[in-house]
Amino acid sequence: MSTRISELRLDGVSRGFGGVLALDGLDLTIEGGEFVALLGPSGCGKSTALNCLAGLLPLSGGAIWLDERRVDTVPPEQRGFGMVFQNYALFPHMSVRANIGFGLRMAHVAKAEARKRVDEALELVQLGDHAAKFPGQLSGGQQQRVAIARAIVLAPPLVLMDEPLSNLDAKLRLEMRTEIKRIHQTLGLTTVYVTHDQEEALSLADRLVLLREGRVQQIGTPEEVYAEPANRFVAGFMGYRNELELPVTSVADKTVVLGDLTGTRREDIGEVAVAVIRPEDFTVGDGPNALEVDVEVVEYQGREQAIQARTAAGDPLHVRATSRLAPGDRVTVSVPPERVLVFAADSPAAPREVA
Amino acid sequence: MALRHRLADRGVDRTLLLLVPAVIFIVALFVYPFVYGLQLSFQPQPGSETVQTYGSGPFADYHAFFADSYLRNTIWTTLKLSLPAALFNVIASVPIAYRMRGRFRGKRTITTILVVPITLGTVLTAEGLLAFMGPTGWLNRLLVDTGIVDHPVRLTHNYWGVLFSLVISGFPFAFLLTLSYLSGIDPTLERAAATLGAGWWQRFRHITLPLLAPGLGITFCLSFVLAFSVFPSAIMVGDPSGQTRVISIAAFHAAFEQYDYSMASAIAMIMGAVELIVIGLVLGWRSRLYRGATGGKG
Repeated sequence: MSTRISELRLDGVSRGFGGVLALDGLDLTIEGGEFVALLGPSGCGKSTALNCLAGLLPLSGGAIWLDERRVDTVPPEQRGFGMVFQNYALFPHMSVRANIGFGLRMAHVAKAEARKRVDEALELVQLGDHAAKFPGQLSGGQQQRVAIARAIVLAPPLVLMDEPLSNLDAKLRLEMRTEIKRIHQTLGLTTVYVTHDQEEALSLADRLVLLREGRVQQIGTPEEVYAEPANRFVAGFMGYRNELELPVTSVADKTVVLGDLTGTRREDIGEVAVAVIRPEDFTVGDGPNALEVDVEVVEYQGREQAIQARTAAGDPLHVRATSRLAPGDRVTVSVPPERVLVFAADSPAAPREVA
Repeated sequence: MALRHRLADRGVDRTLLLLVPAVIFIVALFVYPFVYGLQLSFQPQPGSETVQTYGSGPFADYHAFFADSYLRNTIWTTLKLSLPAALFNVIASVPIAYRMRGRFRGKRTITTILVVPITLGTVLTAEGLLAFMGPTGWLNRLLVDTGIVDHPVRLTHNYWGVLFSLVISGFPFAFLLTLSYLSGIDPTLERAAATLGAGWWQRFRHITLPLLAPGLGITFCLSFVLAFSVFPSAIMVGDPSGQTRVISIAAFHAAFEQYDYSMASAIAMIMGAVELIVIGLVLGWRSRLYRGATGGKG
């Protein structure tokens, strides 16, 4: 019953609530088998988009097409999409086996066939020994795996995951992340995954969709979004922690000079521009774009240190270095111009609190 | 010092003193009267009809009760009123509470309207029923005037009057309980069921109802006990000498008309025993259901 779709298309999908647009004109085409991550800070509309896809929220505008069939007018119980919820939503009064088999039961699948498929799903998430247990007797990670098994046992054309790992502790989160990747590689089901964790999105997705206040900021592969963020917000969200607002000295086609800093121009800029730099792109020592900084805070991270320093101009600078520095040191750091991205000063800024 | 800590570990410390007012209250107003009544029921009153007919053994009053069909039948009469009333209240409260979950305009008004009858009390409700459903009341006048019936329908001073009274005064209670139990069910459970292909009826039958059933069991027990003690309505809107001679009337008659307090106590004990049997059966059924956490925030 594997229904591999060829295309899922979101056409100008909008969702408003009490005068506020939670989602504003989302255009996205997903190919069959693709793993797409919706990424963004709280309130960006990613969960809204997912719930609209599931049919749990009606659209205020736009349409959703599944292989040229319009699905946004179809109620959730008839869409046949599997969904994994953030709080797992396991039925507490049913055993693991009954939970996983619930969808099959609703679809009136024959008992023998259903039992076989539930066994396969249990095997896939490695919970074969826990089939007779109840959700209340399972740990968080096990509950999450039951939720995943329950969503995929029907081999639905689309699997939706709403921040499934946010309730797990750090170690479990990493393990489950690999699990999800493995399951996707094995089954190849088209998946839309919502998260606010950029690391998670980068490791799991074939493509990322970055959202901010209901609007798409960038759609691209992990490499594209990581190395070539489309604007200041995306850069800030994807780990370009340093944002230096500086007056423009000179502009060329590909490069910009902002005082002592030479960077790569990413869009049209005015008189003041913002240079964004990854902490890990800095090297301690002399080199291009050398800056003298005073080390203020040092965090031990094993092989590296996370350093917060201050430039001569008084701006904070975040650096990751393998050298051993101490608060109070005055050092020179450098970064190649290709790793300094320059955006316009009024480019949408990253949110104050980045996940 | 060590002893105090060990006791505290077991929950025995000064905060236990907070229980004292409640304990005094319960002992004085329940335990003592109950034990007094119980022992009184085993001491048939000398000179009463019971002693004359059945002697003065400890079970004479009980014997008298069950031997006399006029008394014995009060149990069935009361069950015939209280079981359907409680059942109706519990079952009717479910769809209404289901619809009333979540937020919508006018919710507070509707909730108030549904709950007001409980504040009126049985006497006022009975009076209202007489005015509305009596032979010359609005309902009958409407039915006769529009030609639906030839002569007034007998809805008061019989079984139906009392049943309506029990439903009106008991529904708000069942409704509030059911609403609160429903709100305790995690709403994402139904959403998950929907994504798995369950329509609204299947969601209700497989998810909501099983999680609600233990709560409904408790609601039934409480509604039943409320209805079983029916007294003013049985007299005011019922037929207290015949159709609606409920067990509380028999106890009242024994106590305040025959002044046979032993008999009255025996009847009260029998009343308690019947209620215990019914509740025991319902709770026994309930214990076989899933009664764990259901998520909340519904």
